[in-house]
Amino acid sequence: MAKKLISMTVNGQAHDVAVEPRELLIHTLRERLSLTGSHIGCETSHCGACTVDFNGESVKSCTMLAVQADGAEILTVEGLASDGTLHPVQEGFVEKHGLQCGFCTPGMMVRAYRLLQENPNPSEEEIRVGLSGNLCRCTGYQNIVRAVQYAADKMSAE
Amino acid sequence: MATPAEQVQDPVGGVGCSRKRKEDARFIQGKGNYTDDLKLPGQVFGAFVRSPIAHGRVVSINKEPALAHPGVFAVLTAEDLKPLNLHWMPTLAGDTQMVLADGKVCFQQQEVAFVIAEDRYVAADAVELVEVEYEELPVITDARQAMSADAPVIREDLEGKTEGAHGERVHHNHIFRWDVGDAAATDKVFASAPLTVSEDISYQRVHPCPLETCGCVSDFDKIKGELTVYLTSQAPHVVRTVVSMLSGIPESKVHVIAPDIGGGFGNKVGVYPGYVCAIVGSIVLGRPVKWIETRVENLAATAFARDYHMRGELAADEEGRVQALRVHVLADHGAFDACADPSKFPAGLFSIVTGSYDIPTAFARVDGVYSNKAPGGVAYRCSFRVTEASYLIERMMDVLAQKLGIDPAEIRSRNFIRAEQFPYTSCLGWEYDSGDYHTAMQQALEAVDYEGLRKEQAEKRAKGDLMGIGVAFFTEIVGAGPTKNCDILGIGMVDSCEIRVHPTGSAIARLGTKSQGQGHETTYAQIIATELGIPSDDIQIEEGDTATAPYGLGTYGSRSTPVGGAAAARAARKVKDKARKIAAAMMEVSPADLEWDVDRFVVKSLPDQSRTIKEIALAAYQHLPEGLEQGLEAVEYYDPPNFTYPFGAYICVVDIDRFTGEVKIRRFYALDDCGTRINPMIIEGQVHGGLTESLGIALGQELAFDEDGNILSASFMDYFMPTAVETPHWETDFTVTPSPHHPIGAKGVGESPNVGGVSAISNAVIDAFAHQGVTHMQMPHTAYAVWKQINALGLNK
Amino acid sequence: MIPANFDFHAPASVAEALSLLAEHGDGAKVLAGGHSLLPMMKMRFAAPQHLIDLNGIADLRGIKREGDTLVIGAMTTENQIIASDLLAADCPLLPEAARQIADPQVRNRGTIGGDICHGDPANDLPAVTMAADATYVLQGSNGERHVHSADFFLGSFYTAMEPDEILTSIRIPAAKGVTGSAYVKLKRKIGDWATAAAAVQLTLNGGKCSEIRIALTNLAPTAVRVAAAEEALKGQPIDDALIEVAAEHAMAASDPTADLRGDVEYKTQMAGEMTRRAIRQSLARAGG
Repeated sequence: MAKKLISMTVNGQAHDVAVEPRELLIHTLRERLSLTGSHIGCETSHCGACTVDFNGESVKSCTMLAVQADGAEILTVEGLASDGTLHPVQEGFVEKHGLQCGFCTPGMMVRAYRLLQENPNPSEEEIRVGLSGNLCRCTGYQNIVRAVQYAADKMSAE
Repeated sequence: MATPAEQVQDPVGGVGCSRKRKEDARFIQGKGNYTDDLKLPGQVFGAFVRSPIAHGRVVSINKEPALAHPGVFAVLTAEDLKPLNLHWMPTLAGDTQMVLADGKVCFQQQEVAFVIAEDRYVAADAVELVEVEYEELPVITDARQAMSADAPVIREDLEGKTEGAHGERVHHNHIFRWDVGDAAATDKVFASAPLTVSEDISYQRVHPCPLETCGCVSDFDKIKGELTVYLTSQAPHVVRTVVSMLSGIPESKVHVIAPDIGGGFGNKVGVYPGYVCAIVGSIVLGRPVKWIETRVENLAATAFARDYHMRGELAADEEGRVQALRVHVLADHGAFDACADPSKFPAGLFSIVTGSYDIPTAFARVDGVYSNKAPGGVAYRCSFRVTEASYLIERMMDVLAQKLGIDPAEIRSRNFIRAEQFPYTSCLGWEYDSGDYHTAMQQALEAVDYEGLRKEQAEKRAKGDLMGIGVAFFTEIVGAGPTKNCDILGIGMVDSCEIRVHPTGSAIARLGTKSQGQGHETTYAQIIATELGIPSDDIQIEEGDTATAPYGLGTYGSRSTPVGGAAAARAARKVKDKARKIAAAMMEVSPADLEWDVDRFVVKSLPDQSRTIKEIALAAYQHLPEGLEQGLEAVEYYDPPNFTYPFGAYICVVDIDRFTGEVKIRRFYALDDCGTRINPMIIEGQVHGGLTESLGIALGQELAFDEDGNILSASFMDYFMPTAVETPHWETDFTVTPSPHHPIGAKGVGESPNVGGVSAISNAVIDAFAHQGVTHMQMPHTAYAVWKQINALGLNK
Repeated sequence: MIPANFDFHAPASVAEALSLLAEHGDGAKVLAGGHSLLPMMKMRFAAPQHLIDLNGIADLRGIKREGDTLVIGAMTTENQIIASDLLAADCPLLPEAARQIADPQVRNRGTIGGDICHGDPANDLPAVTMAADATYVLQGSNGERHVHSADFFLGSFYTAMEPDEILTSIRIPAAKGVTGSAYVKLKRKIGDWATAAAAVQLTLNGGKCSEIRIALTNLAPTAVRVAAAEEALKGQPIDDALIEVAAEHAMAASDPTADLRGDVEYKTQMAGEMTRRAIRQSLARAGG
């Protein structure tokens, strides 16, 4: 099949890549753009390790085609910090021990980032439901909830 | 009450501090370095053709259409591996396992051929093009049918062999029989005991299921004859030894690197066909070959856990004091015995089955059998079958309590090993190093207002509501282990640490263990900081690279702190011994005149005379008096004198919807005693995570099969993985009973919550039906399974 | 877990999509949110030669009111349904159900049209739109036709839609009078497909039930309306005894498949229980 040329902006940087129509967005990010922060955990859109921010919405990039991202604005974990300053979500994950093996963490944080845009003051219940598309095998979620609460507090104070 | 982590102030950030983790910086910025992140020049990709059936003969394999596909470099089958004698490989359990199907397949998703192509897309296409013809054979998926007279022969390669790696085989699907304890004495107690209880208790087949699947990149350098393998391994040195043994490449030319690992939980201890095929592929092609499991492959083909079918019996007096325990286990090991246990322990440390109780007489028998299911039997967040053993005794104590009408907490207290009995030798031969069970249990009961909960339960029952209170107490046996008991492939289960202090006073330590999320880079630094007075931020920890780290047996069975942590402390003490000599020379006093104070040696009689470790480090690389060698470093290989025995008291409260069978965990309280607490924040994190795994196991997880051997739960669509919504808020607490033989008194904690959590949750669910005379219900306690119990009792009317 | 290759088409209009569909016939599949189709393609259960992505057709998105009818574009995502003020006011059943589908990320891609057209009995919106009395608007080479939700689902993964047709919108009568609705779903965990679920929408008039629709998810080869229960309740003041009658009818209408979620008996019983709960909640919401 003929490759398609697509353009997308990832973490503020424009990229033109030629992809087969079947190429999954996660593979384009990881293997063509070398943005290996987003991971593949289940391949059936259940675990959320591949979560990226796509035109201002959280999506699972293992269940999207790269060709569908033509013209899109994408944010991955590599773009969360700006000018060397960690995003409050990143800070929260460190402060509250919201990660262990780190494999789910990029997807979890990118989702938490968007959740806090959608709902700047979420309750514990809202955080848990808001992160229900992201699985973690290590933390039992409790400290992830606290990490998001930390970020919410910090962001509302700013 | 959740107990916040202790806030210990310590100038060097040593043991006891809730230090933020050093490893986090890279992970939160997407800069972790996991196996699938690697991209070596010229790298190609391997993928498996797998069996669609559970048992059958391979009639033919036609790889030509795949080989003709553009971008395909090779298709390996057993025939190709035979000349290298790699079509079968030895397992850690003394059995052999097919690397690629050799004439037959014995489980669904078994590896049949390995396709190597330019990338994963072409490899996936080529897998579809390999034509395999099978002839189906009858299938065994239930351990209870494996040894029936007419059961099909699963392992034809073993036909006629009446001796296996662990003694006599009594049937063609029998692997081993393992007896422990005094059978005759136990029978005698049972024959005359005032009362006995018995129950059939299964612990279903589950999977560790880390979020990162297994994989590797194998890179063979033809010119140097060196093999470098990057892989997801909890035990990279063991892999290096196995690879060298299998390939014939000298171990000095095999280089195994475990980069960051996305969770292991026992899944990443074994050596899998994918590793072997990628290695062969890289040798044949002279290019790096990457192999990464899909999630389906992970669930279906590597490293199941449990699948123990147990009969437990207790003999007791009228007051509920246990006089004897008798256990028989049918252990389903799948088609190949690939359990990752210490070599002499085919049923792992199952003989810890007397639990936390002073039981005078016991006998346990474990029969391992083959079935048409995937091999594995790994220690999933568990020290080698301790979880199964603990579940059995904790269920049986409830069964006994119910028979006698005694409260489950009370019956445990009546049977606990008392604090003054430690060190305590169990009737099955283990020497429990330390414990104070009554104190822990009392603290737990008070924390949850146990009496109040029982009162509430009585009121709820009167109204027809179903509320359960699960009490569980566990004692683990971790930290394998003493080389007198434990080896893997003949290598004693020591672990190691090498510390080098640099001239400017910072240090690097390398260990034979391998973190998969446990936070070793932080906690090992804390241990060394306390011992050496170097700020923990200035201590770099490295693991996983066999070219640099000293030999160790890896991280599983909660052995990192008990063995690796002990090696770190003792290596640090060796460094400190030398530092003392240098300090003495610097101040021209005798080493005996010095005493240690946080980060310096002080002259006992002259407190203003001191040398800090930083000053000593610099001096160590300068001119030294005769008899002192430059440098400040040490290596320790630690062979622990005994295991450690962490314990805990867990209480779980559940509410059950009597119309749907749904179980909701209302409250979970976990008190852990892991001895000295190195980093309370990390300990609590480990407990939260292990409890969440236990929730998954108790309430939903099962690798289920239909009667044809098709796996029904090989993706996250059907294998229950709890989200943040199903997971309750965990309450943690602790007591501290230091291990008397560990250099800093620590015991290990990673596995405790999985061990104790499953018992507490399962006991809670079954307790909800105790007033109806129900003594046991099999896990997982799904809504459907619980509803069947409700419906049978007519409680939903 | 890699799909077989295909040609990708991203039409900008329905007309263009229809002509692509006509051109490529059986070898083509229409891509909506992709969270059913792409996993099937990754597992190679599906291998279309042409994929026609509707995501670029702006006309297919959005929720509007035309007189007494709510019109929902087929490519409207589940999260857009949840966020809609219009639906919150005039068809709260739909956002309530959408909230119970999958997870936030998936709901950003998953569409109402995809959920319906897939014909999967486990999908939620077939039963929910049935309870909401929806009509589906199909466009094909022969023009447009309307098919009522009760007549659309013919079997498991088999609908009244012709291969050359595309679902363009869903038309739902806005709730009138004193109404209440509920979607009650029993599932193993959040985001899972239903073990059993019931959608109910009812109208009360002078304390009596003047109108009611009851539909079930994942309890038969297709989503099903429980007409017998509706008949039994219509014109009556709903009391516990009648709810029980409705539950019995729901169980009778169920023909579930045994799987890891439960056997036939359990699922049938749960059809009754979900129906009871959905009627009670609907009544409470209607203030009845």
